[in-house]
Formats: sequence, structure tokens, C-alpha cells
Amino acid sequence: MHVGFVDYLIIVVYFLFVLGIGFALKKQMLSSEDFFLSGRSIPSWITGIAFLSANLGAIEVMGMAGNGAKYGIMTAHFYWVGAIPAMLFLAVFMMPFYYCSKIRSVPEYLKLRFNEATRALNAISFAVMTVLMSGINMYAMALVFRLLLGWDMNASIWVSAAVVLAYTALGGLTSSIYNEVLQFFLIVLGFLPLTVIGLINLGGWQAMTAKLPAGFSNLWMHTASAAANPMGVDWMGIVAGLGFVLSFGYWCTDFLVIQRALAAEDLPAAQRTPLIAAFPKVLFPAITVLPGMMALVLFPQIGQGNDPNMRYDMAMPLLLGKYYPTGMLGIGLTAMLASFMSGMAGNITAFNTVWTYDIYRNYFAKDKTDHHYLVVGRLATAGGILISIFTAYFVMGSESIMDYMQAIFGFFNAPLFATFLLGMFWKRATPWAAFSGLVLGTLAAAVHFYMSSYPSEAPALHFSSPMAGNFWRAATAWAVCFVSTIIISFFTKAKPIEELQGLVWGTAPGISTANLAWYKNPIVLAILVALFALLCNLIFW
Amino acid sequence: MLDLRLPIGAYFVINSIILVVAGLINPGEIQVAEKNLNLNLVWGLVMGAFGIFMLVLWSTEKNKNSAKSKVQE
Repeated sequence: MHVGFVDYLIIVVYFLFVLGIGFALKKQMLSSEDFFLSGRSIPSWITGIAFLSANLGAIEVMGMAGNGAKYGIMTAHFYWVGAIPAMLFLAVFMMPFYYCSKIRSVPEYLKLRFNEATRALNAISFAVMTVLMSGINMYAMALVFRLLLGWDMNASIWVSAAVVLAYTALGGLTSSIYNEVLQFFLIVLGFLPLTVIGLINLGGWQAMTAKLPAGFSNLWMHTASAAANPMGVDWMGIVAGLGFVLSFGYWCTDFLVIQRALAAEDLPAAQRTPLIAAFPKVLFPAITVLPGMMALVLFPQIGQGNDPNMRYDMAMPLLLGKYYPTGMLGIGLTAMLASFMSGMAGNITAFNTVWTYDIYRNYFAKDKTDHHYLVVGRLATAGGILISIFTAYFVMGSESIMDYMQAIFGFFNAPLFATFLLGMFWKRATPWAAFSGLVLGTLAAAVHFYMSSYPSEAPALHFSSPMAGNFWRAATAWAVCFVSTIIISFFTKAKPIEELQGLVWGTAPGISTANLAWYKNPIVLAILVALFALLCNLIFW
Repeated sequence: MLDLRLPIGAYFVINSIILVVAGLINPGEIQVAEKNLNLNLVWGLVMGAFGIFMLVLWSTEKNKNSAKSKVQE
């Protein structure tokens, strides 16, 4: 890959804009509410795009293309049966509780609905997860830019960390959100030509899929048994593990994305946030999964052998190098850089909020001035980034640590969704049942993980692919948490109903959507997205 | 609050200028369906159009707001 002066110029222009947005927003960050919640004043088209973009980190862009090369079109299950139904559920059923209870973070909801212990457990595990995730993003970025351009890994890590620190510490959540929107357009406009040129050159969809292995171009047709499809999962595993538990666990409870919706100007805007994100999300496989499939046709040796430049995750960079001349190459590289940085910044802004509101204010310094928390938020941003840098170096020590970490993140999200489901829709769920259910669910995931990894030659639980193992582990953890929370609820004391106003289904004030124009009505939008996703499932059946 | 459409519009217009100039100086053509395509020039223009669209949205909104504040005065 030959990178010229123009490409570097484009990268520099991007850095200047990202920092400029941070500086332009600095003088508006007067209170901690401005810094952590954007003063609840952002229009829904912006929060919607940021909702999508905060998740467009390294894992999404490079990982989904890599999975496209490894598993084919079945990777799109992450979108059409995974993300979309979960985003709709969040918008229609859960957002009213999140937004109207005036919480500043997801752990804070757990405190109101259940108790301090549940909140502490969630706040601490979430804070640890976000800084680790941000470090993984940093490491992945440094790795890619060393392989592609020969950049020094230390320089990549410190420069990107400095830029993210500058704009998030200056402009808080607003700056992070604004940059995520810029990054979204850059990613779409930067990668779209790859799909178009690739499809034309390969002679269209039919001609391309004819060159792929069997089963790579169907979503559901080969899922009657796990052995018949490249992913090694049957339809039950896809629907229960990925569609239900993993996706709902992530999209409906992860504060990283929900924080974007909480910044919206009113409840309908908060509800529209995941819905506005869902429309482009349905189309995203075209610029993530599809290029991965093209890469498999163009580079049949991808994923074979030990060459680090030929790993599945390199599908996207390989295509950039093949099709983009210097100039567009700069745009493509900047888009990748942007995706890594938005992954990092999203995690850092979620971290500083949870740290400041749920941990620091609660356990270290109650009743300080608002200005004090604003300063602490800025310091937490710096602290979070510093820890991320250490994580990046820690992961650098061993590639396999990264895989383990990815698996461990799944331990927390899957059971958490069971806790929220019961918390929001069943008044009888008790505080201590929620806490013990969460602990037991996480333990169940850990035991499942251990049994499917050791002994490494013949683990006690066998799955035909690591992906299948992930799906079933999530389903197990969810079920253990769900059932144990229900059982323990019957033996423990419930919160009095007066304390649950606006937190549980049936106690929220009725929300009228009748006076909204149809394109602003969350229910109408949700139905449209659902039909759109269903159509995609049928087309690629 | 800063209207986001201004920086987005400006960013893509600047990128567009860089790409169009690069495309004119050094066509660096790539093969698409057996024809040569100056990708920098073509996609530079697409990005420019998007940037200008964002700037138009920003300026109409700005005019609307200044008209509103005049009425209030």
C-alpha cells in the first residue's frame, strides 16, 4: 500500500476538525449536566446517528468485514435478527423508563429500582469494561497502522489517545456525540465506493456468490442443523443466543449507547434515537459484511496460514489497498482511524459519567458543588484514557488475552438484560433477588466459559465454532439470572409500590403520541424499521 | 449551541477540494468494468455535493433563527 502526501494531508485535516469541534464546544460546558448529558438538548437526528456511531468501533468495521469473509452473509444476522429487534424494543418499551426517571446513567436506574448493591456491582463492572474496551480499540488501531503503514505502535497509541483526550475533556459528551456524527458520514462516504466498485468488478451479486463456498450467500436456508452452515450454529442458537440475549443485552442495557439517547431533547426524541439509528443499521451490512465477502473472492488465501497481513480482520484494509488510489486511500484510512477513535471516545465518555456519578459522588465525595463534579469529570476522562493506554500495552503482550477479554465482556451483558427485563416489567422483582440473580448469571457464564475452554484438547462442552459457544453461553447466563431472580424474589421483600413510580411497567404516566406527525411518531417508525429488516431477511433467505 | 451541520459541511467541502485537485493533477485511474475511472475526481465531487447540502441546511436554519429573534425583538 503506497501512502502519499495527499493521504497524510487528509488525515491531518481530520485531526484539526475533531479538535476544532472540541474547542468550539468548550465554552458551553458550564455545568456537569452539560458535560455528562449535553444538557438534554440535542436533536434526535444527531443523537440517533451518534447512537449508531458510538458502536462503530474497530470491532464493528474490521470485525464484521472479517466475519463476512469467514462466515459469509450469515454475519448479517448480527444486524437483521440481532441489533434491529433489540433497538426497536429499547425505543418502544424501555426508553420511557430510562428517560422519564431522569437518571444520568444506567447503574443509577438500578439504584432507584433495586438497591445500592446492584448499582455498585453494575457500575464497577461497567467502568472496568469500558476502559478495557477502549484500550482494545487503541491496540487494534496501532496494530493495523503498523501492518499497513509501518507506523510505530507507541506513536499511534499516544497520538490517538492525546487527540481523544483533548476533544472529550474539552467538550464532554456533546463533543463526543458531534464527532461521532462526523465520523459516521466519513465512514459511510469513505467505504461506500469499495462496495460499488467491488460489486461492478466482480460482475454483480450473483456472479460474486457463485465464486463463494456453499452456504455463504444464505441467511437461514442452511440453519436446520449446526453442521450445515459456515457459522456452525442452528437457527435456535441464532434466535435465542444472538437475536434475543446477546443483542438485547447489549443494545438495551449498555450505557455506552443509551447515554446518547439520554442526551435527547425530550422523550419522543429519546425514543426516536434508536429508531433513527436503526434505518442506516439495516443497510450497514452493505459496507461491512459485503466487502468481507468480496475480499474472500479477491484474496482466496485470506484466513489461511500465519501471515498477519492475511488475517480475516484485514479484509477491509486489503480492499482499500486494492481499489483506492492515493487520495481516496487517505479518506479510507481516515475513516478507519475515525472508527477506532469513536470506539474509544464513546467508551471514555460513558466511563467518566459512571465514575463521577455512580462511584465518586456516591462513595467518595457527596454534596460537593456542581463545578467540583465537572472538574472530576474532566480528570476522569484523563484517568480513563491513561488506564486504556496501559490496557493497550497489556493486550500487546499476548494476542490471546484480547480474545479472552472479548469473551469476558459477554459475562456481564447477558445476565444484565434479564435483570432489566424483570425490573421494568415485573413489580414483584425484589432488590436482593436482582443482585443475587446478576451474580449467579455472571458465574454461570464463567463456568460455561471454563467448561468450553478446558481442557483445551477436549473441553467438557463442545461447540463447532467459537461463535456458537458465545451464543449458547449468553443464553445460559441469561436463563440462570432470569430464573434465579424470579425464585429468590418470592423469598425476599419487595420494594413498596410508592417507591417504584415511573420505574416499572404500569406505573409510568401514559405517553401520548397522537399529536406527533407520523415521521416523528416512534411507533410508526418502529413498524417501518421492522418491515424493512424483515424484507432483508426474506431477500437473502 | 454550535450547529453541527456547519463543521460537517465545511469538512466535506475541504476534503472534496483536496480530492478533486489530486484527481486533476494525477488521475491515478482504477479499472472499473474494464473502463478507467478517476475515482478521486468523481468521489471528490460526490463528497463536495454532500458538504454543500449540509451547508445549505445550516444557512437556511440560521436565517430562520435570525428572523425569529428579530420578531422577538
